[in-house]
Amino acid sequence: MADVVHPIHGEVHRHPAPTSFIRKYIFSTDHKVIGIQYWFLALFSVFVGMGLSLLMRLQLGWPGQEWGFLKTLFPTAAENGTISGEFYLSLLTMHGTVMVFFVLTTAPQGGFGNFFLPIQIGAADMAFPVLNMMSFWITFMALVVLMSAFFADSIAHFLNDYFFDVAAAGNVIGPIGGWTGYAPLSALGERAGPGQGMGVILWVTSIALFCIASLLGALNFITTMLNMRAKGMSLMRLPLTCWAWFTTAVLALLSFPVLLAAGILLILDHTADTSFFIPGGEYVNGKLVTEHAGGSPIMWQHLFWFFGHPEVYIAILPGMGLTSHILSTFARKPVFGYRAMVYAIFAIGLLGFFVWGHHMFISGMSPYSAIAFSLVTLTIGVPSAIKTFNWLGTLWGGQIRFTTPMLFAIGFVSLFVSGGITGLFLGQTSIDIPLHDTYFVVGHFHLIMGVAAIFGMFAGTYFWFPKMFGKMMNEGLGKLHFLLTFIGVNAIFIPMHIMGMAGQTRRYASHWNPATGEGLHYLSNMVPLTRFVSIAAFVTIAAQLIFLVNLVWSWIKGKKATENPWEATSLEWTIPSPPPHDNFAGIEPEVHRGPYEYSVPGASKDFLMQTDAEGPVIEHGH
Amino acid sequence: MSTTVTRDAGVKPGIGAGGGQKDPGGSDPFEPPQGDSKDWPPGFSREDAIEPEKYRIGMWVGLASILMLFIALTSAYIVRGVPALSGGDSDWIPLAMPRILWVNTAVLLLSSVSIELARRALKKNEYDRFKGWISLTTLFGASFLVGQLIAWRQLAAQGVFINSHPHSSFFYLLTSLHGVHLLGGVIALAYVTVAALRMRIGFKRRTAVDVTSIYWHFMDGLWIYLFGLLFFFR
Amino acid sequence: MGKLTGALMFVVAIGSVLLFIGQPLLFGSRLWWFPEGISQHAAAIDAQFLRTLVVVGISFTAAQFALGYAVIRFGRKGSERAVYTHGSNKLEVTWTMITAAVFVILAILGQRVWANLHLNAAPPDSTHIEVVAQQFQWNFHYAGPDGAFGRTESKFIDDSALNFIGLDPNDSNGKDDAQTTSMVIPKDRPVELTLKSKDVIHSFFVPALRFKQDTVPGLAIKVHFTATKEGKYEIPCAELCGNLHHNMRSTLVVIPADEYDRLVSMPAEKFKEQLGELMARYQF
Repeated sequence: MADVVHPIHGEVHRHPAPTSFIRKYIFSTDHKVIGIQYWFLALFSVFVGMGLSLLMRLQLGWPGQEWGFLKTLFPTAAENGTISGEFYLSLLTMHGTVMVFFVLTTAPQGGFGNFFLPIQIGAADMAFPVLNMMSFWITFMALVVLMSAFFADSIAHFLNDYFFDVAAAGNVIGPIGGWTGYAPLSALGERAGPGQGMGVILWVTSIALFCIASLLGALNFITTMLNMRAKGMSLMRLPLTCWAWFTTAVLALLSFPVLLAAGILLILDHTADTSFFIPGGEYVNGKLVTEHAGGSPIMWQHLFWFFGHPEVYIAILPGMGLTSHILSTFARKPVFGYRAMVYAIFAIGLLGFFVWGHHMFISGMSPYSAIAFSLVTLTIGVPSAIKTFNWLGTLWGGQIRFTTPMLFAIGFVSLFVSGGITGLFLGQTSIDIPLHDTYFVVGHFHLIMGVAAIFGMFAGTYFWFPKMFGKMMNEGLGKLHFLLTFIGVNAIFIPMHIMGMAGQTRRYASHWNPATGEGLHYLSNMVPLTRFVSIAAFVTIAAQLIFLVNLVWSWIKGKKATENPWEATSLEWTIPSPPPHDNFAGIEPEVHRGPYEYSVPGASKDFLMQTDAEGPVIEHGH
Repeated sequence: MSTTVTRDAGVKPGIGAGGGQKDPGGSDPFEPPQGDSKDWPPGFSREDAIEPEKYRIGMWVGLASILMLFIALTSAYIVRGVPALSGGDSDWIPLAMPRILWVNTAVLLLSSVSIELARRALKKNEYDRFKGWISLTTLFGASFLVGQLIAWRQLAAQGVFINSHPHSSFFYLLTSLHGVHLLGGVIALAYVTVAALRMRIGFKRRTAVDVTSIYWHFMDGLWIYLFGLLFFFR
Repeated sequence: MGKLTGALMFVVAIGSVLLFIGQPLLFGSRLWWFPEGISQHAAAIDAQFLRTLVVVGISFTAAQFALGYAVIRFGRKGSERAVYTHGSNKLEVTWTMITAAVFVILAILGQRVWANLHLNAAPPDSTHIEVVAQQFQWNFHYAGPDGAFGRTESKFIDDSALNFIGLDPNDSNGKDDAQTTSMVIPKDRPVELTLKSKDVIHSFFVPALRFKQDTVPGLAIKVHFTATKEGKYEIPCAELCGNLHHNMRSTLVVIPADEYDRLVSMPAEKFKEQLGELMARYQF
């Protein structure tokens, strides 16, 4: 494809690739290397997060059961091999924090966005490559800090037993306040519960580092997209992935500072005895608290959810952009309603800033503002519905090629519908009263921001693996992975809605123990459903090993990828797989058409590259 | 002749300017060439054209996030300061303002004037005046920080610490966050000043001066806002 | 693969319909469903839930079926080309208007129960009870025969003397007050609760009442409802409150109003004794 590219001036202007191993692979400023680093970080995190959920499902399905391997893995936290209340809660807190920050925020944006945004707009790199490198390494530090909050004890024991004596970390478990870290539970320190001392300090530090890294990343994304587009790459010729990454970056830019502010206030309450969130007259664990007065616990929730709701869209928007991109590519059809899709992304991003209160209907905030938040919340369903309709419109009349990335993109649409539509229940103040903080909510947000977003990541991985690593992934294994995962996640999360209706509360280490007859009697009917969900979770987790095998096998023995194996149109498919250090070999590409010109009448093939100067030019918009 | 802009080297985050690289061909083009790429001089690439612009965009984008940080803290300040909003009993004791804050404010305002004078001087290629004004700005910036430290010491001497009461908590928090951001500005100014004293003001460093002055004015405005919020908002 | 994937969407749709509509129809709505509602507003919440379930059920099934159908119908056929279209503004406007209308109507309908519960003050004849949450226990404060609540403050809390709510021993209003760890309320009479917390956020949840409200330290949140069925119900804590969150639960008994009146006119010790008997009288 290089022959189509028009150099802007006679000389070719190249960046030499770094030669030393460290500059090339570790402290690289190449957006592609950084993208892959982010992607691996997310891959590691997702398996950690999944491992934690496996332990949680063990406990929920068979509460109080003894598991020998737990004694080995967590000698102090699970010394009897059973999962205690605090241990369950620290699993839960780590699962949420790892998944939300280090998987859902990291892979779609930091991973794929970093690798492909510059290439898709025709740039040689991000606007600020050194900043980009710093973003990654700060994220990495944040992950290390978070992991240390949870594994410090196990690591100390491991070293003591097998290598040399280190001071035992004591009974360290991670923080137990959930990923939302509601104050004052999170602000009162160890007296409010095990893990709330050092655990919370490490947790907040990790989140603060993550905020800073995300802000640097967002700054980079926005500047790159505004300033570094190739000649001819007008805004309405951008692939929808770029619009999604851009909007995500704007959301991150405006919401992470608020979380950072909340984190700073929390750490001050926790360690410097200030009273931002801690009210006066507290009596905790048998002792009167005298050093705090007048703080507002609800203020934490406002600050947290002002960030937390846009965060949901930070997780899902890149998946939405990618789904549009992949559906069009493999349906061999232009995206239906490109402009509507762009505006819908904006609308979701904008409305996302005005709905945070729907997490707080029963928190004690003003019942009038609850109504206002509820009304705005349901309107956010409109742009979401527009996206769904347009995806169906894109498939309608297509010539669908059922590759693995396409299957995951179709799965994304299905899960987006399943997970999104239950928001209609939760967004209504009245119905939220019985459903709030139950498994209905757990099922809802896992389907939409957990699994749908993960399907977006799988789609992206199968789609772009050839470009990133120069090898094709195995299609047979990929399809098997899709089938098992799609069936599995539905089997896990749809029954959870029923549990929630029955009143099964979230964040309980045990609801009803059929062996001892302890717990909530009204939930005794839920035991078979709970066990079914646990078993479905084990099967689905096991199915992810297929993905891991496919990755390793394809990397080593996969078929070599050509420049454009999917016959797709955007700029990344005009350069070799994997791309050279400076992407376009110093020659600025020139863009002549929109990104989804498939099956153009009168064209010689069923797709026209964005750089194709010849062939009918049909502008988007009508 | 071809310019190799190794972007790996020394790009300072936030203030952005290539560190220690050669300016194209030893000549010192003051402004990036305008117009179509065909008219660009040899050795001047697309990247050279987008460089200054991207630092400006990056700075405005960065300022947006800093603004959000302080907006979030402002909302916390208002919620905490108005008993009806926080629901708790009122434990708000207004802080006695350390007098030196007036001096600090004046110094910071002056620094905004001097950085503007420096920028104008540079635009007219009046190097000597530029050097003078930019050095003075750096000095003003550093004095402001010292002044803030003195204000802290004065409060500490009265026995007012971060955990004394909500107003003191916010005072220490907001002044230190502003101070950290301002320190970044002082470092950027120091960098530009050193470059100026060594006569190395190519058009890239002119971008650094421009971008730093945007940041500096913002920090100045932010301080005026915080000063008003902390001591005159009721 | 196309047919299989399309079929999967059908399975998801049909399976969900069976689970959410067939299952309650077949087994009655008590196996895997909401517990029977026992408050005045429960019926309205359940009705709004069903209305939403109809809207959601139809849209969900239609979307999954359309997706499954498209996937099966538009699989690649040889070297045929896809339809070349960039969309249709008319369609965009149509489906935007329809969804907006449906969602807005639902949103407005969904506020009614909420407004009755939270925007109106409790009726004047309400029974008042204070609820004081702590890690990991519910405390209930009854005003006793004089109908006046004694002053409480955290400095008076004395766990060893079972003064969990910090009742001021010098306040004469509090002399006859009773504090309990299970709850009794009258049937068919409005109950107004004042919800407080001693330490962290908890949440007062009675699934059968369709009622839930966080208890926030530093705040005294007033809420009201009316129970309509005698019986014994559970009160789990619904907001993560610490390591034993899952063990924080209490019991609520709803008894006839005249019996309740007799009960609260008894001295505190007698009241507690009677409450113990009531707990044994009813079954879950």
